[in-house]
Amino acid sequence: MAKAYTPGLKVTPRTLHRVRRSLPIHGDVLVNVGDSVEPTQVVARTFTEGDITPINLANLLGVPAAEVPEAMLKQKGSTVTQGELIARTKGIFGMFKKEAVSPASGTIESISGQTGQLILRGAQQPVDVLAFLAGRVVEVLPHEGAIIESEAMFVQGIFGIGGEAFGPIRVACTKPEQRLDANLILPDMKGAVVIGGARMTVEAIRKAKDIGVAAIISGGIDDQDLKDFLGYDLGVAITGSERVGLTFIITEGFGDIAMATRTHQLLCAMEGKAAAVTGATQIRAGVMRPEIVVPLTSSGGPIAHVIDTGGELALGTQVRLIRDPYFGSIGTVARLPHEQAILGSGSKARVLEVRLDSGEIVVVPRANVELIEG
Amino acid sequence: MSDPSAHPPIDLQSIRWILATDCGSTTTKAILIQKIGNEYRQTQRAEAPTTVEAPFADVTVGVVNAITEIAEVAGRRFIDDNGQIIRPATEHEGCDIYISTSSAGGGLQMMVAGVVAQMTAASAKRAALGAGAIVMDTIAANDRRKPHEQIQRIRELRPDMVLISGGTDGGNIQQVVQIAELIAPAKPRPRFGGEYEMPIIFAGNKEAAPQIRAIFRDGFDLSVVDNLRPVLELENLGPARDKIHDVFLEHVMAHAPGYDKLMTWANAPIMPTPGAVGDILQRIAARDRINAVGVDIGGATTDVFSVFGGTFNRTVSANLGMSYSISNVCAEATMPKVLRWVHLDMDERELRNRVKNKMIRPTTIPQTLEALVFEQAVSREALRLAYLQHKEFATVLKGVQQQRTVGDVFSQEGGNRSLVDNMKLDLLVASGGVLSHAPRMEQTAAMLIDAFEPEGFTTLAKDSIFMMPHLGVLASVHPDAAMHVFERDCLIILGTCVGAKGHAKLGKACFSYRITPSTGSTVSGDMMVGDLKLVRLCEGETAQLEITPDRAFDVGGGPGKSVQRTVRGGQVGIVLDARGRPLELPEDRGACRDLMLRWVKALELYS
Repeated sequence: MAKAYTPGLKVTPRTLHRVRRSLPIHGDVLVNVGDSVEPTQVVARTFTEGDITPINLANLLGVPAAEVPEAMLKQKGSTVTQGELIARTKGIFGMFKKEAVSPASGTIESISGQTGQLILRGAQQPVDVLAFLAGRVVEVLPHEGAIIESEAMFVQGIFGIGGEAFGPIRVACTKPEQRLDANLILPDMKGAVVIGGARMTVEAIRKAKDIGVAAIISGGIDDQDLKDFLGYDLGVAITGSERVGLTFIITEGFGDIAMATRTHQLLCAMEGKAAAVTGATQIRAGVMRPEIVVPLTSSGGPIAHVIDTGGELALGTQVRLIRDPYFGSIGTVARLPHEQAILGSGSKARVLEVRLDSGEIVVVPRANVELIEG
Repeated sequence: MSDPSAHPPIDLQSIRWILATDCGSTTTKAILIQKIGNEYRQTQRAEAPTTVEAPFADVTVGVVNAITEIAEVAGRRFIDDNGQIIRPATEHEGCDIYISTSSAGGGLQMMVAGVVAQMTAASAKRAALGAGAIVMDTIAANDRRKPHEQIQRIRELRPDMVLISGGTDGGNIQQVVQIAELIAPAKPRPRFGGEYEMPIIFAGNKEAAPQIRAIFRDGFDLSVVDNLRPVLELENLGPARDKIHDVFLEHVMAHAPGYDKLMTWANAPIMPTPGAVGDILQRIAARDRINAVGVDIGGATTDVFSVFGGTFNRTVSANLGMSYSISNVCAEATMPKVLRWVHLDMDERELRNRVKNKMIRPTTIPQTLEALVFEQAVSREALRLAYLQHKEFATVLKGVQQQRTVGDVFSQEGGNRSLVDNMKLDLLVASGGVLSHAPRMEQTAAMLIDAFEPEGFTTLAKDSIFMMPHLGVLASVHPDAAMHVFERDCLIILGTCVGAKGHAKLGKACFSYRITPSTGSTVSGDMMVGDLKLVRLCEGETAQLEITPDRAFDVGGGPGKSVQRTVRGGQVGIVLDARGRPLELPEDRGACRDLMLRWVKALELYS
């Protein structure tokens, strides 16, 4: 039987899910192996060096750079507060003295007699890493963070905006092909992770933001709506650091496209349960996709192990068609011909035949399908 | 330069089998070159996924896989039972030379700094780009950012190394020291972990070196090299560029997974991929005494290389590409600009969604003709913008010391003088997916002509399997072998474009032509403004071409002056382009579409 490997997004009702939570630079790990942690619990902390404020004292005092050190009232290593007097010139016969005050609070790191420049270092800033997944610490990474494990429902989206968010699942669209309009966003969804169906409209996103919804998940979004909401045209798919008031995730792609039925059913079945989501997306160099994780406390059903590599494309496998003219359609692999075929574009490529839900069989390049993995 | 003892001299006469790999971000490409008779030919190729990231975290795994593939198709063993490359070659196994380039893990990423953005900082940027680096940012005293903004930016970046320039020798030292005083406390952290100290290369005023040493005394690995602008009129990029290569090997490569092993395998220092491409292009231009432009359009970035009058320049347009960056191309160019290259009706809102879907699923390929036409339209804009950036940047001579006057410097500050002159361009080489994998060669030629707008007589070619990186590094060991392969196997000649520079109303006379092929009968005719014509001339054939332009047009001899040349045929032939330069398309969508349809038919693009 012909086989091939192709990437896919995970949609898993129950898996033993592990997350690696680590600091960007070395710091202190605040948990131990075996600890139970909550999603918003800090598991590791470090401090980054404070901001630097350069102060051109030679200019401020109107003296040559070489005279700056002797004009200093505060020396290297001193702590100063904003507005505090830090330097004064001798003046002429004790007259016409010039003074300089510190524009910020911090510690004097250096004073240069070469350039007349003073470098002021602000207070250290804490960097916290949260647990994200409610579960058990299974490994401590010394000075870095921890690995947390829990049985969980796990769904990967294709694209998201915004960082980590937490809240109970609330269903707004009861059918996957239902558009997520503003009238479906209700005031009592504040703090919730809202499940839509097909395209989320910009009005729905704006209303969700106003109400204080934690996150929205739906099948698609129109690029024009995304541009209208963000206020700019997103050029490169590196997201997660936006501060736009909420996180939103699409599971299928851009356009008016319904969420895959299986994904929708799975998310709807989680109504009321606490979810952790992240919209962070990175397509290049270490692919990162948005995630929706719902920890499961009681055991029920078999556990699927999530595999990080692509899956096997075999006859009967469920696939999503990810390029026009069949974009968004879902079907099963009907045939995997070995030989290359000539496409409508004139290019030669390896293809597969997919039986769509309608029963129609279509031929598409292998590069244009994605597994729906369980 | 690197310690030559690490790579003992090779007897070039005895070389028969050469293996070369290029470790890219996603794919490791291997080629086999054999000596057949008295010449070297590329005989086999294979590829395997690059294995820099987990779970392998060892680049040599991918290299061995790619070489094993080659071995299977060549029927010859290259890897022994211990996983080592078999050398020297015997009758039945092994190779004589193994060499490699690398852009895995994002290639070489640098931050550069100088005092004046248009002068020392620009020279530093040229040195970094010429060495094959991606320049993440250029910090200068006059870059219009406040010091705290510059510091914030330095802290955000994670470059592999920093190059600092500034001041002429014996000139002002205060400003360059001030720049150093900003960089040191910002403590930029290296990309690969925190185990080694950030390499800093100082190539500025030599009299500032003691202060620079004091500033970077703790927590940095400082190298001081000759000033890259010792006097205002002189640019000396060689020492800085060599040091960049050394630091790349000693620090960056040594910390990338598996590269310590790969370096011991290779017979020559591993080069950054774009650096190797630049080297081979320079060699070709120097040998044939021609001006050449090379372009490599990828999913995320577009590299443009040029050699004009012996001067090499390279630019990287970081966010102009055909998959990861496709959305950025459309945003920068604007959708109406993209759509002017489309002869079909398309819905803009729908296209916006398609662009984003390509961005988030970058490995998909166009299935329909409509999708292909749209992608090739986007590519024209990506290439056009990348070339525009290149022309704006390629203003100063590089490499060997070359005199320029102070007057030149000031005229360049205005950004008016580019070294790139399309009328003097002899060879335009294309590589990268959208150009290399176009279903028809005519499409590749059309994308090049529309985006680069060559003037006069220009040979168009494409790199068959993106072999230029391999040949670039091979040229450093065995120049003859590299040249043989470049000419016989690397370049696919598409043909010759004849572009008339000038403007007149559509339908007015532009030029007349007379083509006498080496075999076959003469053809002649008149071209009106707006016309495009394809005359087939097979690869290996030449033709005598006489062009007589109208007085409003120039094909290299001056306005209205007739020009005769011998031109090369190719997979496409001769393209006569009477659309004028700069190329202007009608603003009206309907008129533009009709004109585009005419050109599509003339070049037989999609029939």
